[in-house]
Amino acid sequence: MKKSLHWPIGLLYIGLILYAVITFIPFTWALSASFKSLAEISSGGSNFVPQTFTFDNYKQIFLQEPLFGRWLFNSAIVALIVTLFNLLFNSMAGYALARVQFPGNRFLFFLILAVLVVPAQITLLPKFLILKSLGWLNSYQGLVVPTVVNATFIFMMRQFFLNFPKELEEAAALDGLNRFETFFQVVLPLAKPALAAQTIFIFMGSWNEFLLPLVVMSDPTMFTLPIGLNAFKGQYITYWNYIMAASMVFTLPALAIYAFFNRYFIQGVTFTGGKS
Amino acid sequence: MLKSKFFNRRNVREALSGYLFMTPTIVVLGVFLALPVLYAIVLAFHKVNLLGDVSYRFTGLKNFVRMQDDERVWIALQNTVQYVAIVVPIQTLLALGLALTLNTKIRGRSWFRVAFFLPTVTSSAVLTLIFMWIYNSNGLLNSVLSFFSLPTYNWLGDPEVALKGIMIMNVWATAPLFMVIYLAALQDIPESLYEAAAIDGATTWEKFWHITLPFLRPVTFFVIVMGLIGTFQLFDQSYIFSNGSGGPNNATLTIVLLIYQYAFKNLDMGYALALTLMLAFVIMTATLVQRQFFGEESLD
Repeated sequence: MKKSLHWPIGLLYIGLILYAVITFIPFTWALSASFKSLAEISSGGSNFVPQTFTFDNYKQIFLQEPLFGRWLFNSAIVALIVTLFNLLFNSMAGYALARVQFPGNRFLFFLILAVLVVPAQITLLPKFLILKSLGWLNSYQGLVVPTVVNATFIFMMRQFFLNFPKELEEAAALDGLNRFETFFQVVLPLAKPALAAQTIFIFMGSWNEFLLPLVVMSDPTMFTLPIGLNAFKGQYITYWNYIMAASMVFTLPALAIYAFFNRYFIQGVTFTGGKS
Repeated sequence: MLKSKFFNRRNVREALSGYLFMTPTIVVLGVFLALPVLYAIVLAFHKVNLLGDVSYRFTGLKNFVRMQDDERVWIALQNTVQYVAIVVPIQTLLALGLALTLNTKIRGRSWFRVAFFLPTVTSSAVLTLIFMWIYNSNGLLNSVLSFFSLPTYNWLGDPEVALKGIMIMNVWATAPLFMVIYLAALQDIPESLYEAAAIDGATTWEKFWHITLPFLRPVTFFVIVMGLIGTFQLFDQSYIFSNGSGGPNNATLTIVLLIYQYAFKNLDMGYALALTLMLAFVIMTATLVQRQFFGEESLD
């Protein structure tokens, strides 16, 4: 790190600011389009501040596309349920792999590692066939159940619990608590930092998922927002003001979550990436 | 002895609770991961009828033989390999460059890190729509290009540049994720190594070449493998960009998009699964080649 002292700091700043601008321009350009009128959009100007500022696009998307609210609801409910189950199940599995002695423990751990390297798309078509034979196409459980556990985060939770102080559990055992009581009353409450990182990743992953809902949901009332957005784009392809407003409605909640919890994102990436 | 130890009540209870903790994981990964993988391998040798009740007929290697004469398979493979070969090195180098810059004791570095990471948390659907809006023929990118008197393109409609548009977008969207991973690895390098090197009179460049780079080898392996897996499976962006067609003129047709088309447009599930196995084989080969290149890597 000392080496940096010899670098011209000004040059570094110019580079960083330039890259920050490159990062922000697409978002601000989309945000600005969402407040412009169709006439202004079509004229092809490159002004970031709308000539006439309007909220009409946001009003119109809910009127033009009555299912828009429904898609938002579908996305939210699926992401919430998936997140809750993942927190519970990944932690349970990670804890068992790290701390509980049972025959097959190491074998299961190696299976989890093997799962990490299976490309997700390979399982897509058979997953579709299985969901079809279960009668789960066009249902919430079709999106939720296959994604309620996540090998990456089981691995991460195992690493976390390996470093967890043993004394706390021993004290709990002396108090006569069994494994389940120990886990839910002592261990889980102390795992908050790992759970926070996981919450954000799982929620965002589910909220942004495109391929699985595209395959599972064919009934427009069951679309999640990414699929709905794509269908909406197909209908209103020249109405970029509407498309950008719809995109912003979908993005702003995620950005708000990110703004508040970005610390945990970075931690989560470090957890999953840095450890391996 | 052995018997009494095995039936020791505490050990049995312990083992039982272990299996109970693992039950959700075993069931879900079993039904929606292990079973699908087996299913994929078996069905790739069958003709699958999806209409009405699903039925199968064994066809041997027919699905695999058919690939050779399928022109669209070669186009998709070519597009995908080209995409991987360009995007992975650029995004890895960009991520490394950004991480090295942010690893300096510069003011506001955590602010820059948070800002750069923004595209990574945005949905691929939204990013693709935003970039389509920017790529529009009278859109922002062309305005900027013509302002600098550079040639402008019909980014969405011209087969020569459509895939490049997706490449630019994905480098922009993915590099920050790997930047954060690099940054974490850089912070793990013991400061004492640099201090010792400084005493020996090493220059900045020598320190970078002999300490930083070797230390980053394992994480670079990880970043490249993740990059390979991600780019080989390109789908969302191509699908939205081309309305599911892979156009213009098959320019954005990727392997996963082709698989999707065969499975859900032509209802040719067996052939689509054979293509899936081919893709899995390509990805695993690429990963193994990487491993040769970067040496053995342990996960524990």
